Amino acid sequence: MTQIIFDNVWKEYGAHIVLERINLTLDDHEFLAVIGPSGAGKTTFLRLLLSQEAPTRGRILIDGEPIAPEPTADRGVVFQRYSVFPHRTVLGNVMMGPQWAASPMLGRLFGARRRMVEERAMALLTRVGLAEHAEKYPAQLSGGMQQRLALAQALIMKPKVLLLDEPFGALDPGTRKQMHELVSELWEENAMTIVMVTHDLPEAFLLGTRVIAVERRRNDPQAPERFGATIVSDFEAKCAVARASRRFEAERARLRLSLVPQDSLSDDSLSAGGSSAAALVKD
Amino acid sequence: MRRIINYAPRPGVRVILAALPFVLLVGVYFLGSSARLAIDPADKLMPGFASFYASMVRLGTTIDIATKQYLLWWDTWLSLQRLFLGLGISALVGLVLGILVGFVPYLRATFEPFFAAFSLIPPLAVLPILFILFGLGELSKIVLIVFGIAPFITRDVMLRVASLPTEQIIKAQTLGASTWQMITGVILPQVMPRLIDSVRLSLGAAWLFVIAAEAITAEGGLGYRIFLVRRYLAMDVILPYVAWITLLAFLMDYALRKIAAVAYPWDRIKAA
Repeated sequence: MTQIIFDNVWKEYGAHIVLERINLTLDDHEFLAVIGPSGAGKTTFLRLLLSQEAPTRGRILIDGEPIAPEPTADRGVVFQRYSVFPHRTVLGNVMMGPQWAASPMLGRLFGARRRMVEERAMALLTRVGLAEHAEKYPAQLSGGMQQRLALAQALIMKPKVLLLDEPFGALDPGTRKQMHELVSELWEENAMTIVMVTHDLPEAFLLGTRVIAVERRRNDPQAPERFGATIVSDFEAKCAVARASRRFEAERARLRLSLVPQDSLSDDSLSAGGSSAAALVKD
Repeated sequence: MRRIINYAPRPGVRVILAALPFVLLVGVYFLGSSARLAIDPADKLMPGFASFYASMVRLGTTIDIATKQYLLWWDTWLSLQRLFLGLGISALVGLVLGILVGFVPYLRATFEPFFAAFSLIPPLAVLPILFILFGLGELSKIVLIVFGIAPFITRDVMLRVASLPTEQIIKAQTLGASTWQMITGVILPQVMPRLIDSVRLSLGAAWLFVIAAEAITAEGGLGYRIFLVRRYLAMDVILPYVAWITLLAFLMDYALRKIAAVAYPWDRIKAA
């Protein structure tokens, strides 16, 4: 269970107010999409959650505890660019987190423990479709593949919250569509909370279970920096009850299929049943 | 008629073009030298290639009476020893200081302006101080090289550390890395190719300091020999020595480039 609470959070740079009166309670296993015009403070919002910036006023709580003052392993992140390390191979990139956790001095594991981490990393790479590129360097991958690698690298740490900062902004439409599917599947499989910043409205409503818009509600033409942006609308795109019921239906469909004796089913009907169950979960 | 920048030579032509200036230089020298030798066979200013060869064979294969050494090899050994020690210490100091000062904000605020000022001190101007403090032996020569090159390498490494994207550092922290783990796992490997490059760029300066120090005081060394034989107008030694130093510098540069390519293959991929 992960609950994130923004309690009357303000962010100011000197006299310049970026965010004001941010109040938000985000329940477990939500997919929050943050939208808003450029320069409205979407990225600042994410940086606050990442502890890259500290709120000027107010506080942020994760599971009732104040957020750590620096980035920690309970919050994973994928940026638009530069999220992977160019000097490690694809496999090496994914293995970095677990190796750091297990070996404080060398940052490297050897022997059986290394093979265990390698297996986990390869399983994740297979999941995101990069298994055959494991020995390449990130610079040899396309933009979409690099983002998939960044996802795998973050997911291996099993973060409570995954933060995405316009992760598909630099991708072409086809790749972006594939990434949408992958991210929503990963979100369902890992049952984690995702906060995604985007400027793409359809994307926000496609992926998000909850969509908030961040914008300046008040504006003083003489002093535009006097008023910050705040949450101007909060929209429940896919309500939790409906999601829970759909999951339940999918589970029931799967169970019903498993009650039918295996040999009485032809391959066709099994795969058809399986895919319809999967489709129910996904949408 | 296309613009001149749109004409590119074919690979074969490229090799010929690259060799052309070298051939021209040697040719011009040969013509000048022959003309002068025709007038005065004992001309000292532009000796012929035969006397270069004779001097080098003499210096490389006969034992010098005063020092009991083969002078060419002995000079080379002494100079290279000074150069490698000086460059090695400079690279190490530059790497450690550059990473620490570039990465830790408090150290950066404290030392960055100091390093900026320090690197502007002309090293040759403090050479007398070094001679007074460390004597006329090897130590003051190596300190001179370090003094001249380490600040440059430090600042270069510092800039490289600063130019690493913030996203990478944040990402490393969300993967649970400590400061030490970030230095060894993220910063150091990405700084190393740049360090090798800045050592390559410092090679010229390092040779300058070696030769300058040897010119003033030494028992041997390539620079020492050049300045010693200047008194006898011995161009037949000076010119081959200059060519030899150039060749050594070129080989070092080439070796460093190859080392960087083999040890850090990802850096070349990124550049391409």
